[in-house]
Amino acid sequence: MKTLDQIFVLTQHWLTGLAPAALQPLVSMLLIIAALMAVFGTCFALTTILERKTLGRMQNRYGPNRVGPFGLLQPAADGIKMLTKEDIVPEAADKALHFLAPLALTAPVWLAFAVLPFGRNMSAIELDAGILFFFAIGSASELAVFMAGWSSQNKYSLLGAMRAIAQMISYEVPLVLASVPVLMAAGSLSLPEIVRAQSGYALGWIPRWNVLTPWGAAGFGVFLVAAAAESNRCPFDLPEGESELIAGFLTEYSGFKYALFFLGEYLGLFAVTGLGVTLFLGGWHAPASWLEWLPSWGWFGAKFSALIFLFIWMRATLPRLRLDQLLNFAWKFLVPLALIDLVAAAAWLKSGGWQFAWALETRWLLCATLLAPAYVCLGRHWRGGTPKPRRYHYAQ
Amino acid sequence: MEPVFFYIFAGLTLLCGGLVIANPFTRNPVTSAMFLFLTILSMSGLFVLLHAFFLAAVQVLVYAGAVMVLFVFVIMLLDLKEEERRRMKLAAVVLGAVATGVIALAMIGAMRHSRVGLGLESNVAEGSTIALGKNLFANFALPFELVSLLLLVAMIGAVLLSKKDLR
Repeated sequence: MKTLDQIFVLTQHWLTGLAPAALQPLVSMLLIIAALMAVFGTCFALTTILERKTLGRMQNRYGPNRVGPFGLLQPAADGIKMLTKEDIVPEAADKALHFLAPLALTAPVWLAFAVLPFGRNMSAIELDAGILFFFAIGSASELAVFMAGWSSQNKYSLLGAMRAIAQMISYEVPLVLASVPVLMAAGSLSLPEIVRAQSGYALGWIPRWNVLTPWGAAGFGVFLVAAAAESNRCPFDLPEGESELIAGFLTEYSGFKYALFFLGEYLGLFAVTGLGVTLFLGGWHAPASWLEWLPSWGWFGAKFSALIFLFIWMRATLPRLRLDQLLNFAWKFLVPLALIDLVAAAAWLKSGGWQFAWALETRWLLCATLLAPAYVCLGRHWRGGTPKPRRYHYAQ
Repeated sequence: MEPVFFYIFAGLTLLCGGLVIANPFTRNPVTSAMFLFLTILSMSGLFVLLHAFFLAAVQVLVYAGAVMVLFVFVIMLLDLKEEERRRMKLAAVVLGAVATGVIALAMIGAMRHSRVGLGLESNVAEGSTIALGKNLFANFALPFELVSLLLLVAMIGAVLLSKKDLR
């Protein structure tokens, strides 16, 4: 079982050993990069077909079922279609920026996978400040969106880009704030270290995952919502709202560049989902001690797929928000809740040494009294009673 | 290998920094913004060479992620044609040159009195997150808090200025 758990690490070591000694560091890196690109590229193809199938079923239709058995070859057909399409660049466009934007979106996202631990001993680089590296990489996508929107010289593109950037800045704050308690609990910024801090079982059978603590549960909720918004997923996909902005900053893109944007967006979703698994769901740890014989990367994959399915489910279920609702939701609900969650996490960690009877229950009660009223009050305040007619500042 | 990377990153920083303020090909603010982004990235490369991964990540996160995005946001709302038409004034050029000269002299003076290249070994430990955190919150707690107060003042000022009808 040890061998199965470490099979990818062992294979990588064996293949590296075949190369001449001088080239070994380079070959080792290239192998990891190739593996990551192959796995998540396949993931992208599978997710598109899974998403369309699931959406279809949830909306009482079949979804794609013509290409291959059960429509499984649909991604390949889509890929060929995208590659052979004509690439149209607008006459007025800033050619260099228009060309660079899809690359600037897709290339940094690949880097984000470098710090994620996919299994025991399976992270490409163990950075001291891994999670900061992850968020720093994520911030490059805002610039790519601006490049796409601005260089197209199209009002829909520009409006879409503005919406997208406003949304991305706003939701990055709760995303980072929700992960701060995890860093406090683990005492480290390194992602493998955070996974290590979640090993073991409380009371002998409850896994010590962060999501199973009061602050972790609240933080995970905030993180999921912010992650959906960061990766422009429904119900937060109004930067690309087809009905009002004809796909926003993507309007002037066609063919393979358009496909690259899609790839970048899905990869961003995968990266942030992987981060969620690592931070809150115990990374590659098994949920029970008698299940530990299954390989660690299998557990990571299982949690990862479950979260991806949850995102698809959200897309099928929830209607799109309005822009002002979206921004108010971030600043008036998620950010304050994440800040209170920080206090709750501090209280939980400080009271970790309590020894008296009912200590665990008291700690739960303490955190719950901090979080539950905040959730209720903030929710009420955010909704603000009956909706008032909207004032358009610049249109009057 | 490291000196090669140092010269690549240092050269890129200087080149892109120069192109931000004086681009001979275009006066487009967006081009300047993009070169500023590249400058910040190559500067964080310099931090990585000093083993200060935390600083490198924060540099990209704060400057490229937050500050640059705000710049870009403002640029999107501006009329760029007007900016491209603007001519340079002689007085502005002279004053700018004088100010740059004074700052350069001050920098050179400061650098001549500091011992460059000494104690680089100990920086490896100081660049780590834990050492940096301990330094910030133990030795430099007061300046750190004062800086956050400064930011708070700026934020209150911005809110006050953007409010249309006070009271």
